[in-house]
Amino acid sequence: MKGSMIIVGFFILGIIVGLSHLLPPMKSLGNVSYITLCALIFMVGFLIGNDAEIFRKFRKLNRLYMLLPLMTIVGTLAGCAITTLMLPHRSLADCLAVGSGMGYYSLSSVLITQYRGADLGTVALLANIVREVITLLGAPLMVRWFGKLAPISVGGATTMDTTLPILTNACGKDFVIVSIFHGFIVDFSVPFLVTFFCEI
Amino acid sequence: MLQIISIMAAGIGAGWLLRRHNFKLVGILLTVLVWALLFFLGIEVGENEQIINSLQALGLEALLLSLAGTAGSILGAWALWRFIKRKEGGGQ
Repeated sequence: MKGSMIIVGFFILGIIVGLSHLLPPMKSLGNVSYITLCALIFMVGFLIGNDAEIFRKFRKLNRLYMLLPLMTIVGTLAGCAITTLMLPHRSLADCLAVGSGMGYYSLSSVLITQYRGADLGTVALLANIVREVITLLGAPLMVRWFGKLAPISVGGATTMDTTLPILTNACGKDFVIVSIFHGFIVDFSVPFLVTFFCEI
Repeated sequence: MLQIISIMAAGIGAGWLLRRHNFKLVGILLTVLVWALLFFLGIEVGENEQIINSLQALGLEALLLSLAGTAGSILGAWALWRFIKRKEGGGQ
């Protein structure tokens, strides 16, 4: 819980700094956040390689965990389908297209803007950023309430890169392989699902 | 994506080579860098005018969609988790 609060604190602090333009724009700083992410990924790899037991644990991992990407896609689309009832001005396909972003906000918002216009594209951008933020901020709580697969599923397409370090912390090293596999599959499904729902 | 995979592979290699040593520091550094990452993400959101300006008009709709998608995927993952734990016997 304390860990989550600190993370939320840093995120809010960042928003305030961004809003008030205290620092020079991120673009001029180069890709600081990408380099940070790369350092994090390297360290996650380091922890895996450093653990003598880990490869044995991977082999013992239940094959059923491979079903997680399917649960993520079905669950997300079912949730977004229900939302259609509350958003009368959006079609079912619109809601499903936004949901199919699975947290991959850069790709999904660009695709949806091209197919359906900037309005829905911006909704996709916001909705999928929020999804990533929910994963980053809520992972420890989700583990406690719904088990170790829940934050990985919520992470959607991001679980092999941006949210992997947090998920490693929250779910433990044993689930790194589930997280990477899940991210890999969901990541690939995003462009297909988004364009499919945009075209129908 | 290829870049991420190769960085990860490099990390695994380095960790494996140094497996006889104990690295408590890496865990601490990981936590601190996660804070930094969230701080940078906050800055990017805060200084993005497209996001800040459209929050009022489209924010609620986006929030609703992301919460619904999140809830749906949690339920799916929870069902799978309970199924696996029951099969493995004993549960958590």
